[in-house]
Amino acid sequence: MNDDPLALLPELFMLGGAVLGLLTGMFLPRHRQPIVAWICGLALTGGLAAGAFAAARPGGTAFESYVLDPLTHVTRATVMLATLLVVVLASGWARGRRRETEAYVLLLLSALGAVILAGTGDLLVFVAAYLLASIPAYALTGFAKDAPGTEAALKYYLMGAFLGVPMLAGVTLLYGLTGSTTYAALGERLAGVPGAAVACALVALLAGVLFKIGGVPAHFWVPDVAEGAPAAVAAFVTTVPKVGAFVALFRMAGEFFAASAADWRLLLALIATATMTLGNLAAFFQDNVRRLLAYSTISQAGYLLLPVVAAGRGDLAAPALLFYLGAYAVTNVGAFAVVVATGRDSLGGYTGLARRSPGLAASLAVCLFGFIGTPPTAVFVGKLLAFAAAWDAGQAWLAVVAAANTVASVFYYLRWIVPVFRPGDPGNPGNPGNLERPGDPEGSGDPGRPHRAAGPGDPGRPGGSAAGGVSRGAAWVAHVAAAASVLLGVASGLVLARGW
Amino acid sequence: MLSAVIFLPLAAAAGVLLLPRLGGRAATRVWIAAAAADLLLVAVMWVRYEGGIGYETRMRWIPSVGAGYHVGVDGMSLPLIAMTALLFLVCAIYSLRETPRARAYAALFLSLQTVCLGLFAALDLLLFFVFFDLSIVGMYFVIAGWGHGDRLRSALKFFLYTFLGSLALLLGFIGLYLGSDPRTFDMVDLTHAPPFGDAPGTAGLVLLAVGVGLAVKTPTVPFHTWLPPAHTDAPAAGSAVLAGVLLKMGTYGFARIAMPMLPGAWQRHAWVFVVAGVAGVLYGALVALAQNDLKRLIAYTSVNHMGYVVLALGAAGLVAGDARARELAVSGAVTQMVSHGLVTGALFLLTGVLWDRARSYGLGGFGGIAATAPIFTGLTAVAAFASLGLPGLSGFIAEFQIFAGVIGIGTPGAVVAGALSVTGVLITAALLLRMLHRAYLGRPGELTPRVTDVRPEELAAVAPLLLLSLIIGIAPRWLLDMIEPASAAVVSLVGR
Repeated sequence: MNDDPLALLPELFMLGGAVLGLLTGMFLPRHRQPIVAWICGLALTGGLAAGAFAAARPGGTAFESYVLDPLTHVTRATVMLATLLVVVLASGWARGRRRETEAYVLLLLSALGAVILAGTGDLLVFVAAYLLASIPAYALTGFAKDAPGTEAALKYYLMGAFLGVPMLAGVTLLYGLTGSTTYAALGERLAGVPGAAVACALVALLAGVLFKIGGVPAHFWVPDVAEGAPAAVAAFVTTVPKVGAFVALFRMAGEFFAASAADWRLLLALIATATMTLGNLAAFFQDNVRRLLAYSTISQAGYLLLPVVAAGRGDLAAPALLFYLGAYAVTNVGAFAVVVATGRDSLGGYTGLARRSPGLAASLAVCLFGFIGTPPTAVFVGKLLAFAAAWDAGQAWLAVVAAANTVASVFYYLRWIVPVFRPGDPGNPGNPGNLERPGDPEGSGDPGRPHRAAGPGDPGRPGGSAAGGVSRGAAWVAHVAAAASVLLGVASGLVLARGW
Repeated sequence: MLSAVIFLPLAAAAGVLLLPRLGGRAATRVWIAAAAADLLLVAVMWVRYEGGIGYETRMRWIPSVGAGYHVGVDGMSLPLIAMTALLFLVCAIYSLRETPRARAYAALFLSLQTVCLGLFAALDLLLFFVFFDLSIVGMYFVIAGWGHGDRLRSALKFFLYTFLGSLALLLGFIGLYLGSDPRTFDMVDLTHAPPFGDAPGTAGLVLLAVGVGLAVKTPTVPFHTWLPPAHTDAPAAGSAVLAGVLLKMGTYGFARIAMPMLPGAWQRHAWVFVVAGVAGVLYGALVALAQNDLKRLIAYTSVNHMGYVVLALGAAGLVAGDARARELAVSGAVTQMVSHGLVTGALFLLTGVLWDRARSYGLGGFGGIAATAPIFTGLTAVAAFASLGLPGLSGFIAEFQIFAGVIGIGTPGAVVAGALSVTGVLITAALLLRMLHRAYLGRPGELTPRVTDVRPEELAAVAPLLLLSLIIGIAPRWLLDMIEPASAAVVSLVGR
């Protein structure tokens, strides 16, 4: 038995950072509040270092409910790195706001919840972590106190509460059936329990998990939150809690779903199919890039379910899930960072971005091609591993469905990429592209698509910088994320070699 | 050395993009210099090549899934690499004339060159796939950024269609990986110990996935519908690279991956490929005959020419027949890949000249060009004759070997297939002569006065391609000496 508090050092760093940040923020004048961002950043960096140190030591279980294994280690690293990027992303938006401190602290607390979701081996801790990951996120969504934010927060909260109740019922049912809430004990005892009761309990439990990962049919909050919340917060809630919830689901699937008689693999495979298909179809004609990204995260959640379906079969599933999660996190944060940096929400607003800020356009292209799964970006390796894991687990049809969905997804990602590289001034919606440019003998009329009015993002909305301008910190995050996506893909061998 | 050849253009692309204040013409000059240096390195490689897998580099990349950075050349890939390097160089020379956004254009083509060279050199399935996929992205930007007409639509169709193929290919590769023991993506290892020896059903499905993926790229009838719009709306150099290099990725994949790694399945389903090949030959030729748009016409002759290659490779799987004949067919297929790259590249660059002058590809608007542009007409005539397989030019060497090989296999089906595809040559001859008749001879058309003769850089771009085609046509031994051992190896591998 291991009751060493130091085993939880990375989590303690996050908690300590949040508490210290809150206390410091209470005593700081408003113009000194950015210090809290530094405190949170340092806490995350410390947590990363502690996590790296912990990963090198032998694993085991701490406090009988917290598992120290590669799943936890990688989740810690992914969540903390993604949160660090989001803190940088949020600092531009939060600066000078009345509750600047609270924004950083809530981010850190929600991230802590995501880590614990993934690390725990006990359903009761899982429920607590679910709440810890959710409640700060509700508050962050409505942080700007504007109409879209409030609506999104309400929707998010109601969905979370509504789906949290069946989850609690599922936990209760499982406890009633087996007399325990730890995954390990459930794994031993579920085999001897009536199948119908187990199936009910698992479905009820899945409701809450699906809410966190944004899977069909619990996905309705994703587009509204992505559109209504401040963009930096949208980047956070579509990335970090998902990472934790996916690892939690994978852990549950491997530890006690597999022991039950219920055909959970088929259920999850069907959910995966529905999630990726619906996400893709809904993304097709979105003109708001945030909603487009939201539906894209839903479809990515569908692909991410592939290794979960394969949990416990073959040795590809765990590396596939973890690598894909890391790849997804950097890519998604990178894409949202571009949205924050440009401050534009409509697809038309991206016309000619390559001319105005080539670096940002390149980062966006890398992230979007990354989502498609173009090599050598990280998501390509993730998809490859996920497809292979599903096939290896005897679900080749699911890999075929996912491949077909990937082709469909190309369409809407290209809808965003094309205007970026089209010359034209977004200030004059009538002008771009259709006029003959000087020095262009090829004649560049493109009757392919009508041009949408290309105003700068919604003016009254926080989260965007001044129209036409580019926020420095956000642009930096976008570049880092895009570079990380390519590096992670090219150096995937090094990453994967550790632990497997 | 091989890695230097592959990544030199990419380094040059980075240089072109990062050097501040590099003008458009200077960027094109850097591009020409890099492409020329690369071709020189390839020539050195050719001279010092000693058989087997040459210039091999094998490094670990993703060891946990058995994928590595493994490159090398043999008698099948080296001719294609040389053809690729030459074609990119002439595209660079051709682009010396005014090109909009020349820096980005040069960087894009240089990166595309790295991708194409890397694909032909790859000896690892994952590496092959990386380059295969990136070629789609690169060509998408070429068409969408520098094309004309309905370019966005064509580019999107090209991307979606070929990406569908590439994902089918990826599934096939995953299948090969999961079927191998120990699991690996390495082509050499997979060729040594082909997977699914005892599971013919699974092998058939994997071949289906790989086959569909490569057939879309080739393109084989009925997966060819992306090709005409993509060619028509691409810029001339883009069309030349698309037809000359990218299409070969499909047929090269058949010979490099599908045949040696799934020999049993290939033998069992060889007839599918023979039929698809014959269908491509006849359908491509007949549809080309009906075209009034010059570029679409040449695009359909590509379908026809790739049909010969698929036919020959399919026939190589008919193990009941004579082994020597099958080797001849595969040699012909590889020669055809090289020859088609040179000749069709030249034809597309020449149509680019027409578009440059008259902004039209319509055969109806032209006539009597020979009077206003004699050199241009001469070049087009040589290219057209090479394309229809006139003796003395490279097309004849290739097609003769294919027909002799396929018919020489001796089974009744192979003889019928060979005989049917010979009629394809007749139709091609008819349609190319019709093209020459309508556009270049006879009365002047309304657009003819606009057609001035070729400029020096255009001549410098097209002439080397046709000259090489002539050399191969007259003295093919140096090329065949390179190809024949490789095709013998493929035939013995597929006969297992």
